[in-house]
Amino acid sequence: MSNSTTPSKLQKILAAGHLGVTSECGPPRGSDPQAVIEKAELIKDYVDAVNITDNQTSVCRMCSLAACIRLKTLGVEPVLQMVTRDRNRIALQSDILGAASWDINNILCLSGDHQSFGDHAAGQNVHDLDSMQLIQTVRMMRDQGKFLGGDDIKRPPQMFVGAAANPFADPYEIRVARLAKKIAAGAEFIQTQCIYNLDKFEDWMKKVVDRGLHEKTYIMAGMTPMKSAGMARYMKNRVPGMDVPEDVVKRLADTPKDKQADEGIKICIEAIQRLKEVKGLSGFHIMAIEWEEKVPEIVKATGLYPRPQV
Amino acid sequence: MIVGQQKPLEEIWGMIKDYKKVLVFGCNTCVAVCHQGGNKEAEILASMLKMKASQEGIAIEITNSGIERQCEHEFFEQAETIIQKADAILSTACGIGVQFMAEKYPKPIYPGLNTTFLGAVEQLGVYTERCQACGQCILGQTAGICPIARCAKRVMNGPCGGSTKGKCEINKEVDCAWQLIVDRLALLGRMDDYEKLAPIKDWSSDRAGGPRKLVREDMLNE
Ligand code: SF4
Ligand code: SF4
Repeated sequence: MSNSTTPSKLQKILAAGHLGVTSECGPPRGSDPQAVIEKAELIKDYVDAVNITDNQTSVCRMCSLAACIRLKTLGVEPVLQMVTRDRNRIALQSDILGAASWDINNILCLSGDHQSFGDHAAGQNVHDLDSMQLIQTVRMMRDQGKFLGGDDIKRPPQMFVGAAANPFADPYEIRVARLAKKIAAGAEFIQTQCIYNLDKFEDWMKKVVDRGLHEKTYIMAGMTPMKSAGMARYMKNRVPGMDVPEDVVKRLADTPKDKQADEGIKICIEAIQRLKEVKGLSGFHIMAIEWEEKVPEIVKATGLYPRPQV
Repeated sequence: MIVGQQKPLEEIWGMIKDYKKVLVFGCNTCVAVCHQGGNKEAEILASMLKMKASQEGIAIEITNSGIERQCEHEFFEQAETIIQKADAILSTACGIGVQFMAEKYPKPIYPGLNTTFLGAVEQLGVYTERCQACGQCILGQTAGICPIARCAKRVMNGPCGGSTKGKCEINKEVDCAWQLIVDRLALLGRMDDYEKLAPIKDWSSDRAGGPRKLVREDMLNE
């Protein structure tokens, strides 16, 4: 493991050997903070930290940084998600400093979905850095106290640095090598893409453990409960890099419509219970998209409640 | 080569319809290879515009001509007279040719093409982007496949999580550049290179650094 110690509670929990639990919250498409406050209140006692997405699926929303500050003031630990799509290295570093000024201690570095998926398809993308280079940037700012340009930073950021991994994206042969590369770039924790194909995920984790990568980074499995068979089909067919096996779709489709949501939660709980046993896994990232009220139920049913105090 | 695509006739018509003598002027190199702006295409475009003018009942004298390259001084001599006679020119060169003409002649010069990209002729009629002229070529680290021009997010350490069955997340028809890179690294027995982190790119030689200039002193003194 990276021997850094930041004030991050998430890092402390993982370092103590507990299974960590994070969740996420998409900021509203407007300036009313109430949506963030309500979601935070719902889940705050059931998770260690809450990711705030950064203009997810390239749809313009309230900025991640402002929503993170909102969480912080509510006593919830935020994970600042940051995509390289919309900002160059000056803006990225400037936002990192802004976050650090509010003592935001977790960051998740991403490239972001392509803008053609969002509500501003005609927009320019930036990608001055890629996600791995953003990881390197935060590590340089934190560990060396320097900007990319080489100048010193007064009061460097103290951030636990994370990245995403998709065990299901292609080419499959490099999925483990790609994780190794993110670790080499400086990723201290990993949150994965939503997992539905448990066999394939376990195979990936086995390879990760064989290479000893689980000793160099904390891997948190991404879980998203399905609301309906329609959602499962959509994710299977439409969402790039998503692997939804046919039996999952079928199990939902065979359930009466008014029971499908409950079945989706059941599938999610079963998956977490199975994955809890997987060697090398450090926790769960529960992304209940616009379904945050279900997070407490999932966390309780899987024995992950109460959350440890550190 | 530079690939371009002829603008819609209506758009072109909107630009030239108020002039009396319009010259449609081709460029017979890159944009001729992709059959969009060569001297032959300039001739076809001129006749379409003549038809349009007669349909609209507007009297415009439309002529056509062309040279080998609109981005170099030496080719213009042969067309000097015809250029002088026109009161507006519709150039079917790439954006460079159009700008070069605008610099040379104090008269209205309009673009007949949308300059599209630096590409390759995959087969007759299929042209694909290969280079964005970033000014600091990294093909040596990426097995000869350009992630700047060919990856939708120009990621240097890809592929991103959206790569599926060899295709890019933006479109099932588009190859994922990083799948191509990985395949070629495997072919060359250089998979170990994949784990080398690509350094943060210096974009100052790209558009970010402002207009670029190349000066060969040795040639200037000749
Ligand atoms: S790295 Fe730059 S110069 Fe080389 S092919 Fe790509 S865009 Fe062109
Ligand atoms: S899928 Fe491949 S080509 Fe498309 S953005 Fe991701 S890495 Fe680039």
